[in-house]
Amino acid sequence: MASYWQDFEVPFTPGMNVLSALTEIRRNPVTAGGQATTAVVWESSCLEEVCGACSMRINGVPRQGCSALVEHLPQPITIEPMSKFPVVRDLLVDRSRMFNSLRKVKAWIPIDGTYDLGPGPRQSPKDQSWMYVLSRCMTCGCCLDACPQVNDKSEFMGAAIISQVRLFNAHPTGALHKHRRIEALMGPGGIADCGNAQNCVRVCPKEIPLTQSISEMGRQTAKYAIKRFFAKPDVEM
Amino acid sequence: MPGKKEVIIVGGGLAGLMATVTACEKGASVHLISYVPVRRSHSVCAQGGINGAVNTKGEGDSPEFHFDDTVYGGDFLANQPMVRDMCYDAPKVIYLLDRMGVTFNRTPEGLLDFRRFGGTLFNRTAFAGATTGQQLLYALDEQVRRYEDEGKVFKYEHHAFQSLILDGQRNCRGIVLADQQTLECRALLADAVALCTGGIGMIYGQSTNSVICTGSAASRAYQQGVWYANGEFIQIHPTAIPGADKCRLISESVRGEGGRVWVPKNPKDTRRAKEIPVAERWYFLEEKYPAYGNLVPRDIASREIFDVCVNQKMGIGGQWEVYLDVTHIPEATLRAKLAGVLEIYEKFRGEDPYHNPMRIFPAMHYSMGGIYVGYGAETDRKADLPAGWEQYKHMSNVNGLFAGGEADYQYHGANRLGANSLLSCLWAGRVLGPEMTKYVENSQLPALKQSEIDTAVREQEQAFEAVLKMSGSENATRIQDELSREMTMHATVVRFNDKLDKLDSKLTELLERWERIGSADKSRTANQELFFIRELRDRILLSRVIARGARMRDESRGAHYKPDFPERNDAAWQKTTIAQYEPNGMPKFSYESVDVSLIKPRVRSYKKASHGGAEEKGGEKKAEAGATAAS
Repeated sequence: MASYWQDFEVPFTPGMNVLSALTEIRRNPVTAGGQATTAVVWESSCLEEVCGACSMRINGVPRQGCSALVEHLPQPITIEPMSKFPVVRDLLVDRSRMFNSLRKVKAWIPIDGTYDLGPGPRQSPKDQSWMYVLSRCMTCGCCLDACPQVNDKSEFMGAAIISQVRLFNAHPTGALHKHRRIEALMGPGGIADCGNAQNCVRVCPKEIPLTQSISEMGRQTAKYAIKRFFAKPDVEM
Repeated sequence: MPGKKEVIIVGGGLAGLMATVTACEKGASVHLISYVPVRRSHSVCAQGGINGAVNTKGEGDSPEFHFDDTVYGGDFLANQPMVRDMCYDAPKVIYLLDRMGVTFNRTPEGLLDFRRFGGTLFNRTAFAGATTGQQLLYALDEQVRRYEDEGKVFKYEHHAFQSLILDGQRNCRGIVLADQQTLECRALLADAVALCTGGIGMIYGQSTNSVICTGSAASRAYQQGVWYANGEFIQIHPTAIPGADKCRLISESVRGEGGRVWVPKNPKDTRRAKEIPVAERWYFLEEKYPAYGNLVPRDIASREIFDVCVNQKMGIGGQWEVYLDVTHIPEATLRAKLAGVLEIYEKFRGEDPYHNPMRIFPAMHYSMGGIYVGYGAETDRKADLPAGWEQYKHMSNVNGLFAGGEADYQYHGANRLGANSLLSCLWAGRVLGPEMTKYVENSQLPALKQSEIDTAVREQEQAFEAVLKMSGSENATRIQDELSREMTMHATVVRFNDKLDKLDSKLTELLERWERIGSADKSRTANQELFFIRELRDRILLSRVIARGARMRDESRGAHYKPDFPERNDAAWQKTTIAQYEPNGMPKFSYESVDVSLIKPRVRSYKKASHGGAEEKGGEKKAEAGATAAS
């Protein structure tokens, strides 16, 4: 379906956010011009900005609809689907490319099995505190939406994915397999496609230091590339 | 395919994902169905932590005390053997997730850190900041992605469960699912199906649940003859931010880390909270419950807050709100341990909780009730259950249909303790994978006829078509608003029989009005209204189970509180409620005795310490005995 605009007027209630304004339209699906229509379609789940479902462009900025409080927004509020993902309908987009990328970079700790092997490796509170910040990434896609390198002509996987590689490579068990992830990052759509616009870090709703993650992974990939260049073919790195 | 072990798991929260992992380990292929990408399941909302008696604080905690706290906290309504097994396994569950890379908070030694939670006197709760559920879910999502990469898991995200496929002997043989984007209905076949479909918060509308917690899958199963147990036990969380769209949870861990609940002694006090001197504040929980203070179990804290605000009219400024205060805790501690939840308050309420006490009120949070499942033993309902039923833990009264997580009823009795839900979801998942695989290996059912499969799919297609044609004057969202309001008014903290009767008539009215809904959206692409309308009917039918179940139970136990019957009545009501759907849309109730063979029921009071540790010596002896029994 071709894209289109509709105008709605909804009664304001204190504390209202963009999603509750959209819900109001469900109660009375009539445009500002008095035309009967259908309710708007969008994706949402937790409504408290931890699930990452309700990303949309609000007044031109990709963010979560649930935490966009109406009283803080200039009016009229414009709401659009994110621009870098295929639109399914209205504000609903298909973000499966992000999950596919997570698969490509092997974003997991390869445990041997769920049987009891006691606790995992010890970690310092200091390491935990910065890794925890990275682990709050909710795959919402705002960083991809804001990135000029993510477009029709590129396969760039985006800052969120690179930051996840940094997280898994920092974990003591994950580090045992870090080169597999680094190799994936050196492949098509990988870290070399970053253009350093730094938009990602500005729109991240969880304030994840994405540009730091990208430079750290740039360092790890460069180091690995040099080692690989000089290593004998049968040497395990 | 002959020889191929296949199972279907509906729901990609903690229980469903853990079941997927453990089924894969047993050699099964898993079809995993989820309403949303699994990484967005409601488990992400769990904040405070996960319980396990690891005893890293030198307090003498033990799994036996955890078991006792859980059973006592649940007011002796849970069948005890599986609760014991869960508590004894809890440290291993936490260690497993630690190995999966969960960023749990650490002690200076680098070990897992533990904090306090309600209903216990021990530091027993492992946590990852204040977004523990999110972190646990991500770890499992990642493990499942790995199995997906290996071709062992097939995900159906953005798909909704529609019905069970039952054969002539009422064995579950598969499901019908619908693609939410194309509306296509199709059958998936497997002899073992698990519903790990979470809670029912949307029945109450303004709950702490995600909008995907529709209760629809459990309701559909119930409408097909699956028993629904203890529906009337609904947990109201004492501390949430009231909101028109949802009530956002403020985790119990806030009190675990020292947060205090209070109201001004003078409800007309117009000063800002921090200007009110301590002597003029009423810390009503600490005053009434000196041993547990702000960490009494949720049912008790909610009732007290409700009483202070509604009956005594002592809420802040006469409103239905009390303070939850962390301003005395150093900001660095708050940032390290509670940032995730305080951020929610800041973002949605627009006030700084580090320096101003938060304003909170109770909200619907969790369903202790759910699909009836077994615990590996015969019950006094043997005659009504399939032959050999007791061999399979977590199997419902329908052969081959399993359930786990919030969708089952098994672990929390009449009230769930905080941080036991993440545990029960993960533990149920650990049980489900092997049990389902074992069931499939033993199953020797003849192949279904294609006509049986086609009929099941066609029924769902026709139901969607019927809704597309609805042309009445009622608006589905407004009926939902009324359902939520009525259920919240009459089936939450305090219950009265006359009001429950009225609620029941209201539900009849809503069901009638449902028939007169007009659907505006006739599109066949991502038609959310269509799903919403169908699921609304499921919710009304399940509301009946809650409302009438509550009407029947003339006693007070855990979260079920009737001022007209203020005492627990073990002689009459130490029983599991079982609701069975009747063709006229009404639930038929029957009851089953509770297995209290391990811990003898005693009076539940949190005015003094009582976790077995209170009867100090007896408690320790019991712990040793329990450890022997479990090893």
